Amino acid sequence: MDVPMSWLKDFVDLDCTIKEYTDAITLSGSKVETVKEFGKDITNVVSGKITHLEKHPDADKLQICTVDVGGFEPVTIVTGASNVFEGAYVPVALPGATLANGVVIEKGVLRGVASDGMLCSVEELGCDRHDYPEAPEHGIYIFPEAVELGKDVTDLMDMKDEAVEFEITSNRPDCFSVAGIARETAATFKKPFALPEIKLEEKAGGNAADMISVEIQNPEYCYRYVARIIKNVKIEPSPRWMRKRLRSAGIRPINNIVDITNYVMVELGQPMHAFDIDEIDERKIIVRNAKDGEKFVTLDGIERELDSEMTMIADINKSVGIGGVMGGENSKISENASGVLLESACFNGPNIRVTAKKLGLRTDASSKFEKGLDPNMSLYAANRACQLVEQLGAGEVVAGYVDCYPAVRNEWELSYSPEWINKLLGTNVSEDEMIEIFDRLEIKTDKAAKKVTIPTFRPDLEAQADLAEEVARFYGYDKIEPTLAAGTPTVGRKTYPQIIRGIIKDTMIYSGLCEAMNFTFESPKVFKKLNISENSHFRKTVEIANPLGEDFSIMRTTTLNGMLTSLANNYNRKNDSAALFEIGKVYLPKSLPLMELPEEKELLTIGMYGKVDFFDLKGIIEELFEKLGMTEKVSYEPRKDLPFMHPGRTADLRTDGKSFGYIGEIHPLVAENYGIGTRVYAAVVDVKTLIDNAQLVRTFKALPKFPAVEKDISMVVEKSIPVKKIEEIIVANGGQYLESAELFDVYTGNQIEEGYKSVSFALVFRAEDKTLKFADISKDVDNILEKLNTELGVNLRDK
Amino acid sequence: MKEQLRKIKEDAFAALNNAASAKEIDDIKVKILGKKGEITAILKQMGKLSAEERPAMGKIANEVRADIENKIEEAKAKVKEKELAVRLAVEEIDITMPGNKNPLGHKHPLSIVIEEIEDIFMGMGYEIAEGPEVELDYYNFQALNIPENHPAKDEQDTFYVKGGKKKGDILLRTQTSPVQVRVMEKGKLPIRIVCPGKVYRADEVDATHSPIFHQLEGLVVDENITMGDLKGALAVFAKELFGEDTKVRFRPHHFPFTEPSAEMDVTCFACGGKGCRVCKGEGYIELLGCGMVHPKVLKMSGIDPDKYSGFAFGMGLERVAMQRYGITDLRYLYENDVKFLKQF
Repeated sequence: MDVPMSWLKDFVDLDCTIKEYTDAITLSGSKVETVKEFGKDITNVVSGKITHLEKHPDADKLQICTVDVGGFEPVTIVTGASNVFEGAYVPVALPGATLANGVVIEKGVLRGVASDGMLCSVEELGCDRHDYPEAPEHGIYIFPEAVELGKDVTDLMDMKDEAVEFEITSNRPDCFSVAGIARETAATFKKPFALPEIKLEEKAGGNAADMISVEIQNPEYCYRYVARIIKNVKIEPSPRWMRKRLRSAGIRPINNIVDITNYVMVELGQPMHAFDIDEIDERKIIVRNAKDGEKFVTLDGIERELDSEMTMIADINKSVGIGGVMGGENSKISENASGVLLESACFNGPNIRVTAKKLGLRTDASSKFEKGLDPNMSLYAANRACQLVEQLGAGEVVAGYVDCYPAVRNEWELSYSPEWINKLLGTNVSEDEMIEIFDRLEIKTDKAAKKVTIPTFRPDLEAQADLAEEVARFYGYDKIEPTLAAGTPTVGRKTYPQIIRGIIKDTMIYSGLCEAMNFTFESPKVFKKLNISENSHFRKTVEIANPLGEDFSIMRTTTLNGMLTSLANNYNRKNDSAALFEIGKVYLPKSLPLMELPEEKELLTIGMYGKVDFFDLKGIIEELFEKLGMTEKVSYEPRKDLPFMHPGRTADLRTDGKSFGYIGEIHPLVAENYGIGTRVYAAVVDVKTLIDNAQLVRTFKALPKFPAVEKDISMVVEKSIPVKKIEEIIVANGGQYLESAELFDVYTGNQIEEGYKSVSFALVFRAEDKTLKFADISKDVDNILEKLNTELGVNLRDK
Repeated sequence: MKEQLRKIKEDAFAALNNAASAKEIDDIKVKILGKKGEITAILKQMGKLSAEERPAMGKIANEVRADIENKIEEAKAKVKEKELAVRLAVEEIDITMPGNKNPLGHKHPLSIVIEEIEDIFMGMGYEIAEGPEVELDYYNFQALNIPENHPAKDEQDTFYVKGGKKKGDILLRTQTSPVQVRVMEKGKLPIRIVCPGKVYRADEVDATHSPIFHQLEGLVVDENITMGDLKGALAVFAKELFGEDTKVRFRPHHFPFTEPSAEMDVTCFACGGKGCRVCKGEGYIELLGCGMVHPKVLKMSGIDPDKYSGFAFGMGLERVAMQRYGITDLRYLYENDVKFLKQF
């Protein structure tokens, strides 16, 4: 909402600087976005008179003007314009002048003739012919009468203005008007405010009620319809002051009648419409719902299809306008109209909003109505428009009006308690001060009954908390003393799952991974990219009904697309390596079509490429399990069923026999689909399983008192035998002293037969109560070797 | 003989003074003091002396031996010191060469901001609450006093989800406020929570907008909570987050679920409140929306508004992170380029 300051001052007597004004009004709740200054960017453009004109010797289309700009010497200006003449008063941009869009004028030479500036059109001054209808369609602006020379044209042409742009919240429909802002301004600065009384001459006489009738058939959508009639309408441009105010308020001037309706809309917030009364059959306005599928051509010449929830303004035979949105082409005011019907109506806000949305036609009028206007403004606004018609001499107003107002909206009462309000605000405002604040807002108080009466233009005041806000606003939010809530003490700490999540995150960071954040909705095309089959459970998704596009149309069921996309970003930007993790959700429908909220499953996802392999990734995961105290509970099994993973390089993570994630290398075809030309490793782990299985409670174990005996064993085994199997046999048969068995080498190649590998373990034996000698463990070592031989058929490489 | 001893001592001292290594010293020691050494040789001649001369000569010989032994120790120490000095000199390294690193990873800037804000509020006794992102219309709108056809519903450009018991029933939450309702519904009072999380609004991606972004919501419900308490808590928060000199400003505003409502501005981090390009000359930057929980909202969630009151606040986190780190384009936050992430 743009409010020209000069307009505002029609209603409130303000005597502060613009900065003081915008600061104060912002703090009382009408937030100022910016102050627009019109005419400010036009500098050093002055009035001049063309005293001599001659043809340019070397250019047919140029003329050389001698221009008196009020100085000692006239200036010479070369112009290409053809509408100039000797004796014309014109705007002259002198060297150094700035024009609209930041254009700077310098001295120049045109075809050998020096030019000391430029003659200006209205466009070059940042305006157009809507602002200055007397300006030529093309060419230099010529002042219609003689003006003093050498004067700033922004003053002469009355271009300077200041408008304050407000951010108005949706609960304050009354503030979408100059008068509404004026009321807030007056309350803020403790100035008097009242809408002026309107007196009309009604020169046309007669009685509107004899000339038009109105029937509202859908009072749930149209609350009130006021009609006034104007005769002998003379369509012409409105005067400069009106055009200027409209322009400053962001509305394009058109002609006197349209400008008057727009002027009233800006001033009072009440949209109006003017119909050609000759086009209203039987002179009867019927407000009704449209018929489903009804077609109607609006003022902009576009045919629109309506439905039965939209309000139409009609006569006996046809529709003439879409109520609250736009008039019809069929009832546009013609040049020889015998009269104009001025409509000032009030419609149901939400209905207008929905209608405008369905039609894709959000107009100035609909955007006012949709906020929910006060029907008690309709008649005053109609009268105000008539007053302006008389003031501008745009026509003669017929006496009387037609007012169809089926259910009058009355003021309502609210109870208030000064104690309750003070208790909510933490203030100590006296009841009298509250009453004084209410009074400034036109809220009447009955102190004895502790009741206030709310004016109908304030639909937002529904309960005592709303009154508390009014008190706070004008008492001053800044004056409310900041306190720290005492009340019942509470302990602020993370929940157990939040603590686990923190450990996961820290472990990832310590392992060298950077935290990623990815979008949680994506395209259904990702399934193909991830090599996921048509009937896979991954494709059962939560779908967005109104997505921004297919790329953002389903909630993700896998985190891998986001991770691989991020890795691809890094790869494409030539980062040698990237190691990322994300803790984020997937959204799994419990059934389809979706009847209840989906399961939101939180996953830890790791992705990396560069100088890494499977075991670097596995190491990170193992460290995590170690940190969470769940190493013993996890087993790794080869997994081949994931279409996006390398079938020979993927491990299923299991605990209690159940899978809770996987780690491995991304399938080379999938990596290729993402344009990553190197091996990519990824892990996906269910966070809830980590939370459920983590064991953070630790118990101290005494440090060893006696030295250990160490024994390395190396063996050649078939390549297919997992080292885990060997380790299990060692551990199961190592006897009471075996403390650990650690793999330290796996070797294939020279000296090892094809299909076999050499595997080496370091065994550590220790007793709690004595220093072991080799003799104490030789039996155990023999036992291990025997079992390895019998169960796996292996022989020691060297004893 | 006496002369011989003197000569031995002199020669030994000269040799020891010139000795450059421990080995040389050992050789000298063997040559002079060894079993076949010079002193031993002299002592073997003692038998030729008279009984009167012998003790005196013996004494001299012992003195010479002791002197040489001391000199040897002294020479050894000197050589060791010299050798050490040489070794230390040789071992000098270029300490300006980089360290061997096991590179650490980095938290996402949004995470850093979220965790910092969480920590501030935990210090004030708040817990961290969570809720679903795919949410019911009831929690996201109705229970927050935003009925059907309310303009606020349009303002938020909601993504709806296909399905539901009726059309528009299930949506992607447009704010973290539904978590407030879910916590209040549980009925455990008093409530002091913050809830960070992802929210969704139909904005096209550009330098300052994203259809997915993060908010952090706060809610306090207890007996006798006042608007002064709201101001106090948020002023402390702003100082903790932006520094001790930070000032806050509360402006009246409108949210359907709070009354009175406010927006809180903080002094511009770039100019400290003097007014600059970042704050458009205002000196303040909008940080969050807040207000006293609307009595209707309390009531809908089963809390008696006559007995309890509360305040709530909510803020966008991308903007806080971008302001704090001077990040110029929001899209960086979701591209996950390690060159970006490693800066934080």
